[in-house]
Amino acid sequence: MTPLKHNPYNLVITGVGGQGNVMASRVIGNMLSIHGYRITIGETFGASQRGGSVRSDLRISEEIAFSPQIPKGRAHMIVAMEPAEAIRVLGELGNPDVKVICNMRPIHSVNVICGDFTYPSAEQHKEWLSDLSGQAWFVNTTEAAVKLGNPIFSNIMLIGALAGTGDLPLERDLFETVIARWLSADKVEKNLVAFDKGMSMVKDDKRDG
Amino acid sequence: MSAILKGKKGDQRLFMGNEAIARGALEAGVNVVAGYPGTPSSEIIESLSRVAKDRDIYVEWSVNEKVAAEVAAAGSLAGLRSMCTMKMNGVHVASDFLLHLALTGTRGGMVIVACDDPNAHSSQNEAEMRHFAQMLEIPLLEPGSFQDAKDLIKWAFELSEELRSIVFIRGTTRLSHASGQVVLDELPETERKAAFRHDGFILDQMTGSVISLPIAFKHPQLQEKLQKAAERYEGCPFNSYTGPENPDVLIITSSACTFYSIEAVHMLDLQNRAGILKLTTTWPLPKRLIKKHLQTAGQILVVEEVLPFMEENLKVLAYEIASEIGIKPILGKRDGTLPSHGEMRPDVVAGALAGITGTSVDQRSEEYEKKVNERVFFGAPARDLTFCPGCPHRASLWSIENVLQMDNRQGFVCGDVGCYTMGLSPSNFGTLKTAHSMGSGTGLASGFGKLDRFGMEQPVLSVCGDSTFFHTGIPALVNAVHHGSNMIMVVLDNSGTAMTGFQPHPGIEKNAMGDVAKSIDIAKVCEAIGAKVRVEDPFEVEATQEALFQLLEEEGAKVLVLKQVCALSPEKKWSKKFEMSVDTELCIGEECGCNRLCTRIFRCPGLVWDQESKTARIDSILCTGCGVCASICPANAIRKTPLAANGKEVA
Ligand code: SF4
Ligand code: SF4
Repeated sequence: MTPLKHNPYNLVITGVGGQGNVMASRVIGNMLSIHGYRITIGETFGASQRGGSVRSDLRISEEIAFSPQIPKGRAHMIVAMEPAEAIRVLGELGNPDVKVICNMRPIHSVNVICGDFTYPSAEQHKEWLSDLSGQAWFVNTTEAAVKLGNPIFSNIMLIGALAGTGDLPLERDLFETVIARWLSADKVEKNLVAFDKGMSMVKDDKRDG
Repeated sequence: MSAILKGKKGDQRLFMGNEAIARGALEAGVNVVAGYPGTPSSEIIESLSRVAKDRDIYVEWSVNEKVAAEVAAAGSLAGLRSMCTMKMNGVHVASDFLLHLALTGTRGGMVIVACDDPNAHSSQNEAEMRHFAQMLEIPLLEPGSFQDAKDLIKWAFELSEELRSIVFIRGTTRLSHASGQVVLDELPETERKAAFRHDGFILDQMTGSVISLPIAFKHPQLQEKLQKAAERYEGCPFNSYTGPENPDVLIITSSACTFYSIEAVHMLDLQNRAGILKLTTTWPLPKRLIKKHLQTAGQILVVEEVLPFMEENLKVLAYEIASEIGIKPILGKRDGTLPSHGEMRPDVVAGALAGITGTSVDQRSEEYEKKVNERVFFGAPARDLTFCPGCPHRASLWSIENVLQMDNRQGFVCGDVGCYTMGLSPSNFGTLKTAHSMGSGTGLASGFGKLDRFGMEQPVLSVCGDSTFFHTGIPALVNAVHHGSNMIMVVLDNSGTAMTGFQPHPGIEKNAMGDVAKSIDIAKVCEAIGAKVRVEDPFEVEATQEALFQLLEEEGAKVLVLKQVCALSPEKKWSKKFEMSVDTELCIGEECGCNRLCTRIFRCPGLVWDQESKTARIDSILCTGCGVCASICPANAIRKTPLAANGKEVA
């Protein structure tokens, strides 16, 4: 078992209901399980299908299993499927050293649609995210996923991006092993394309902060 | 093959708590499983229903929790192992039957898994099921890890068969919906045959008639069982202690709070000063075990969710043994060390423990705290829950709201439990004015509809989902019709128990195991009850509103069934009926309605406001193409182009 950068390593996957949070956290959890780490995944999905914020807390550790909720201010990495959600999670779990990978496509909430709230520009979001974290990567996975045929590939690309940062041992063949448990061969192929695409996005992106 | 069947003895799997419970039931050789969907309990039956055929078990989604308990009890009385699942609220529904079942006792093992929702993540209250165990005088178990959640089921079945009593298992959201690693055991071959014996001596629980009388015999018998349970709890392998021999602070905890306690000790580096007694057997408490640990400890902190249930029982016990072990300070909720509402978190427990031990938890710098809070305020606009794009409830409530506005007599709608409860929020028109338990909107409407003699002139409506209609809506409607109450029951029929994940109900032609089932026609049931019934498609906005106006004119109890499949139903997902667009020439934007009717008032997430062009725009990824917004736009700016089933425009 490779020693973790932090023990426990606290990873958050966040987004909006319907973006595939649960699936992404399960894939990552299963990949890291194969390495022999202890995994606990806490999920808040009461609001999952009705436009609410969703968040999965992954606790990755070497010996004891940790709780399904990351304590305040103690995230090491936030993978956000939506920029406002990245900010929201930073509010509770952020700290000056946390890393952030963020898909920049906004999903406007009803409160924004109806004009009660304004949604910041992408530039503004990027500036804040960089300022509140130690390192941030901004990617456009939704766009790339639509090109690949379905917006849902976006979260696979984010798993690829997370792997690309090298912060956790998320090898490509592990990804393949895990998704092959659920998906047919042709779908596995497509998902691998999405995974590689995500990985390259992080590698190509010039790092902030 | 479903996840919970894969894997052999010794394999490790990452399971959601509810999957662990389901696997545990299979490893225990369960035969009959019944329940009613409710967050956070639903995935237990969902997982089991997928493997029912493979494992040769009977699984059903019953019409409500009381019937589910009865169906499961039948399995037990016929000598089989049976399990019943529900969320906490369901225990209230089932409790009348369970009160009797506790006294009559069971035969084959019977385990009831009821899941609480501290913090009410997906509930309208955060009440607990634990007090029912005490009230019904039956044993309770609370798993404190994912492995325990699985292994405990088998142990509970054995206990149930030894005592011939129901055994309660309590889940909570943070265990049921969280995932962790679990080592599998084997799946046994079960050969149980069902037969109901009723020819024995009347007082013989295993062969006589099954009744709770005579009380003078049955009640003491029940209490003896409880004592036996406490005895078995002394050696329960799911209770464990970790920590120093004589801890300054002994944490006594159970359920998901075990995780928080472990983490709090870790955060404060108190491994040498604090010990943790993970208690799975929380009612009745094992006296000798508790005594042994209280004796060694300086002070005691009880960590549990939500009310001080364990704390109070521990205090009673501590009083009884005070002459032997002295008076021990027991801290928890009663003295305010921990809150008696909401859920626990690692930092909440760490905060309490820090206070007791004079240590402290590392905090974020004030500067970061200030900066991050400010940016959350501006950068993370609120995300109120709302109906999905293309949700039939939005269309239904839109019509109801508009008709009541135009009717202008202060009419109102009583709701209950389901996605449509979101209709209470101003983001969803605020049409619902009351929300209580399942079916209760219609019961309330039945009552309001009789108040005309006291001068009440407001029109009264209720909304009720299709699954809720069968659950408890029918008796309320019967009451309204029989008493000639002036009301309209609107059945929001979206063909499934949508909120909890599309479980089938009696109105659907399929059962939990995927077999064809006789479906019960809601409109016909209402007609048979004697109500005047109309059926409409809520996406046909004009027809729906017309029907509502007509029903408002009529006396007595009326029913409007608004039938349209849920936008998230598997059959509908990813298939659009219409390609939508906004004609920016026609859109009058801020001049529209009281400015931009569609995005400010109708609020489908598929419609967005384009800051630059100052017109509405369709978000083609979110829009499901239901076409409803085309009927609400006063300027006819929203266009719908019919699409064929394959998503291509119809020529
Ligand atoms: S057609 Fe209109 S109402 Fe229906 S989902 Fe699309 S934007 Fe929403
Ligand atoms: S309702 Fe019609 S006119 Fe009004 S803002 Fe929406 S699209 Fe424009």
